[in-house]
Amino acid sequence: MIDELWRRRREFDRFDWYFCAIILALSAIGILTIYSVTVERAGTQFPLYLKQAIWIGVGALVFLTMSRIDYHTLARWSSLLYGFALLLLVIVLFGGKASHGAQRWIALGPLAFQPAEFVKIPLLLVLAVYYSTQNRRGWWYRVIVPALITLPGFSLILKQPDLGSSLSFLSIYVALLLVVGVKSKAFGVVLLSALMLFPFAWSELWGSLHDYQKERILSFVNPDYDPAGRGYQGMQSRIAVGSGQLAGKGFHGGTQTQFKFLPEGHTDFIFAVFAEEWGFLGGVLFISLFLALLLMGLDIAAKAKDSLGALLAIGLVSMLTFNMAVNVGMTIGLAPIVGIPLPLLSYGGSATIMTMAGLGLLFSVKRARLTLSP
Amino acid sequence: MKPGTTSSGLQSTGLADIQGRLLLVRVVVLIIVGLLVVRLWQLQVRDGVYYRNLSHDNRTRSVALHPVRGFIYDRNGILLANSVPSFNLYVELGDVPDREALIGKLVELLSLERNELAGTMETHVGRTPVRLKKGVSLKEAAIVESHRLDLPGVVIRPEFQRNNPEGGYAAHVLGYVGVASEEQLAGLPAGSVIGQYGVERIYEKTLRGHAGRKLIEVDALGHEKRMISVDKPQVGNDVYLTIDFRLQKLAEDLLGGEAGAIVALDPQTGDVLAMASRPSFDPNALSRGVRADVWNDILQDERHPLTNRAIQGQYPPGSTFKIITAAAALDTNEVKPADTLQCGGQFRLGRRTYRDWKKYGHGDVNLRKAIAQSCDVYFYRLGYRMGVDTIASYAKQFGLGERTGIDLPAERTGLVPSSEWKKRARGEPWYPGETTSVAIGQGYVTVTPLQMAKVIGMIGNNGISFQPHVLRGVWGRKGEWIDEWSPTQTAPLTLPAHQVGAIQAALAAVVTEGTARASQSSVVPLAGKTGTAQVVSLRSESEEETPKRFRDHAWFVAYAPFEQPRIAVAVLVEHMGHGGSAAAPLAKELIEAYVSYGGDDEERTQVSLTRPSDKAMQRESRRD
Repeated sequence: MIDELWRRRREFDRFDWYFCAIILALSAIGILTIYSVTVERAGTQFPLYLKQAIWIGVGALVFLTMSRIDYHTLARWSSLLYGFALLLLVIVLFGGKASHGAQRWIALGPLAFQPAEFVKIPLLLVLAVYYSTQNRRGWWYRVIVPALITLPGFSLILKQPDLGSSLSFLSIYVALLLVVGVKSKAFGVVLLSALMLFPFAWSELWGSLHDYQKERILSFVNPDYDPAGRGYQGMQSRIAVGSGQLAGKGFHGGTQTQFKFLPEGHTDFIFAVFAEEWGFLGGVLFISLFLALLLMGLDIAAKAKDSLGALLAIGLVSMLTFNMAVNVGMTIGLAPIVGIPLPLLSYGGSATIMTMAGLGLLFSVKRARLTLSP
Repeated sequence: MKPGTTSSGLQSTGLADIQGRLLLVRVVVLIIVGLLVVRLWQLQVRDGVYYRNLSHDNRTRSVALHPVRGFIYDRNGILLANSVPSFNLYVELGDVPDREALIGKLVELLSLERNELAGTMETHVGRTPVRLKKGVSLKEAAIVESHRLDLPGVVIRPEFQRNNPEGGYAAHVLGYVGVASEEQLAGLPAGSVIGQYGVERIYEKTLRGHAGRKLIEVDALGHEKRMISVDKPQVGNDVYLTIDFRLQKLAEDLLGGEAGAIVALDPQTGDVLAMASRPSFDPNALSRGVRADVWNDILQDERHPLTNRAIQGQYPPGSTFKIITAAAALDTNEVKPADTLQCGGQFRLGRRTYRDWKKYGHGDVNLRKAIAQSCDVYFYRLGYRMGVDTIASYAKQFGLGERTGIDLPAERTGLVPSSEWKKRARGEPWYPGETTSVAIGQGYVTVTPLQMAKVIGMIGNNGISFQPHVLRGVWGRKGEWIDEWSPTQTAPLTLPAHQVGAIQAALAAVVTEGTARASQSSVVPLAGKTGTAQVVSLRSESEEETPKRFRDHAWFVAYAPFEQPRIAVAVLVEHMGHGGSAAAPLAKELIEAYVSYGGDDEERTQVSLTRPSDKAMQRESRRD
C-alpha cells in the first residue's frame, strides 16, 4: 500500500513538472506578445508586460495556495462563496467603474477587478457539490434547479453588459449538465458535441442571418454593439492571422498590430498578434500546449477520487476549452466577436488570477488521490 | 471530512458514470482543437499569400505629390498668377470605421457644414482621399493634429493654391484652375488641379509640371509612419504673357461697370497688349472652388460674366465694317478715293428705301468724307454694286468669319454672310437688299472685338498682320527660355499699299474732323473708325426712351501712332449708343496711356526680370 502510494507519487511528480511547465510556457507566450504589442506605447505608465508578469506571479501564489487546500473544504464553503460573489456583482452594477460603456469593474484602491471572473469558480463549486452530494432524479432536480442556481450570476453579468463573460459563465452549467445532469448517454453526447461545436456552428447559423437581424440581436444583448467596429475588427484580425503565413513575420514584426490596424492586440485579440508574428507554426505550438493542458485536466478527472473532484476537473476543463475555443475562434472568423479573454495569455489581472486559481483547484483534485481515504 | 459520505454508494456509481463519459469529452476537445488547426491552416497556409497582400495594402499607400504650378507674368514681369502654400483637409474614407461619428466630430471641432460633409463623402468615387476643406487655417490645422485619434483617416496636407495677386484683373485671359473631372484626368493622379479656362487651360501642360508620387507606410488611422520611396514632383514652367498689365488694368477700369470688351494689339507683332472683358469674375474664388449653388448662379447670370467678350462676343460691327467695304471697293476698282457720290439721306432699291443715319444726307461724298462722316448711302451704293460675295471675300482677307487662332480657348468665328452661306444655312437665295445692310456692318454679319482689332491693325500696318497671341515665352525652371513666341505673319491684303493709305487718311480724318473728333489726341496722332451696332431695328426715336437692353452697341477701332503704329485697339461697349461718344474716348485714353509708357517697362524688366535672355531683350530693342 505504501509502495503503491510512493509509485503514484513519483509518477505524479513528473506530471506536476509538465503541468507547471506548460502553464509557464503559455504565460510566457502571453507576456512576450503583450510586450510586442505595447512596448512602444508612450507614457510613464508601468509597462503592461511587466504588470502581466506580476499578475502571473500573484497567480502562481494563488495556484499554490489553491492546490494545497482540500477542495472538499472549499466545497463546504461553496454556497457562501457564491453568495459573496453574487453580492460583488450587485455592487458592480450599482457602484462599478464604467469603461467602454459597460460597468464591469470594482475599484479597490489603485487596483480594479472584475467580479465576473471571480464568480465562475464559486458557481462551479456549488454545481459540482449539488450534482455530487445527492442522487438527483427527474429533470426538475437535474436541469431546472441547477439552472436557477446559475441564473442570478448569468443575468447580473449580462446586465453589465458583458456578453462574453456571461456566456463563459453559462458554459460551466451547460458542461456539467451534459456530463452528469442528463441521464441518457447518447443525449449527452449529442448535446455535448453541440455545445462544443457551438462556436463553429455559430458562423454558419449566424452567416445565414441578414445584417439587420444580426445587428438587432446584438444590439439587444449588448447596447454598445458597434457593427462597423465589429466587422472591421474581425477582418483586421483575419488579415493579421492569415498574413502570418507559415512562419510568421517575426517577433515585433506584425504590421497589423504595430500599425494599430488590429485593436485590443494585448487583450482579446492576443492570439491574432501571436499568430501574425509566429505564423502557423507558432499557432499550432500554442494550440498543442493548450491541448496538452486540457488533456492533463481530463486525466485528473479520470483519476479523481470522487465525483466531486471529477466534476470540478471536468468543469474547469470545459471552461478553459470554451474560453480558448471562442477566443481563438473569433480571431480566425469561426466565432462571433463577443469579448472573451484568452486564458493565461490575454492581459488582465482578474482573468489571470481566476485561471490560476482554477488550475490550482485542478491540482488540488489531483493531489487528493495521494492522500488515503479515511 | 467529505460532504458526500452519507450517499457514498450512489456517489461511487456516479463517479464511474462520470468517468465513463470522459472519453467522449476527450473526443470533443480534440475535435474542437482539430477544427481550430484546420482553420488556422486555411488562413495562414492555404490563403496566406492573399492575406499577406491584404496586410501589405493595408499599410502601404501611394500618395500623389502634386507639382507646384508654374507662375504667370505679364510682359514686364509683373506677377499675375502664382501658387501659395495652403493647408487642405482630406479624409481617406477607407480608414474611417464610422462615417457618421467622424462627421459629427468634424462638425464639432471645425464647425463645418454637416450636410456638405456628408454630401462630399457620399458623392466621392474611387479610392483616393476626399478633400473636405480647402485653405484650412493654422489654428484649425492645429486642432486636427491634436485630435488625431478622434479623427481616423483625416489628414492635413500642405498643398499649393492658385492665387492671382492682382485679384480680378485679366480674369478672362488668365482663367482659373479647378480639380480635374473624371474625363479630364487622362492619366493624371486623381485630385489633380488643372487649368479650366484661359491661359491656365491652354498652357496647362506647360504650367502643370510633373506629378510625383510617394509610397508611405501608414497606421490604422491613416497617419504616415514611414516613407518607403519618393519620386519628387517637378515644378511647372513659368509663362510670360504679351499682356501689359498696366494697360490691361486701365482697359478694365475704363469699361467699369459697363458690359463690353477692349482689345489692344501690337499690330507689328500680334502681341495682345490688353484684353478686357466685362462683366468679369473672381478667378481666385473659382480656383479655390465654389459651392455648387454659387457656381450655378455664375452660369445662369444673365450678364454672362464667364464669357470672354473679346473673343466670344459676336456683335454686328456696324460702321466699323465700312473699312472692309471700302477696301473691297478700292481693290475691285468699283470706286477711286477721289470719286464722289451723291448722298441724299437715302438709297432706294426697288420699293425699299435705306436711310442714312443723317436725315438729309451728306451731299457730295468721296472716300475720305464717307468714312470720316460714316456716310451710309455711299457704302449702300458700293455694296450694292459689288454684291455680297465680293464683300465677303474681302472680309475673309481681313480674317473675319474665322477664328484668329489666338492661344485662348473657345474663340468664336463671327459670321461673314455670302449668297452661298445663306443658301446653305437658311435655304433661301440672297436678296440684293441684304447686301446694303452688310455693306454698313448690319444684317447677318457679326465679328468679335479681337477680329476688329486685327482689322484695324492690318490697315495701320499697310495690309500686313500678325497672328494675335498672348504667349510671349515660356521660362523653364532650369533658368532659360524654352519657348519663345516669334511673330508670325498671316496672309496680307491684296489691296496695294497706296490704296490702304487712302483708307488710313480717311481714318485719320474720323478723329480730326469726323465722327470721333471729340477724341482727337494732343499726345499722339491716331486714326480710327466709329461704329454703332444696331441691336434691334425697330425702336423709338429718342434714345432715352429705349430700354437699355435694346440700345445700340458702341464701337470704336483705332490705331496709333499714325505712322508705324504700335497699338491697335478695338473697343466695344454694349448698349451705350454711339461709338463716337461711348467708345472712342476709352480708346483714346488707352492709346495715350500706352504711348506715355513708351513701350515696355524697361526699368521693371531690368530689376525684376533678370530672366529674359539677351535674345529676348534684343527682340524688344529691335522693335523700339
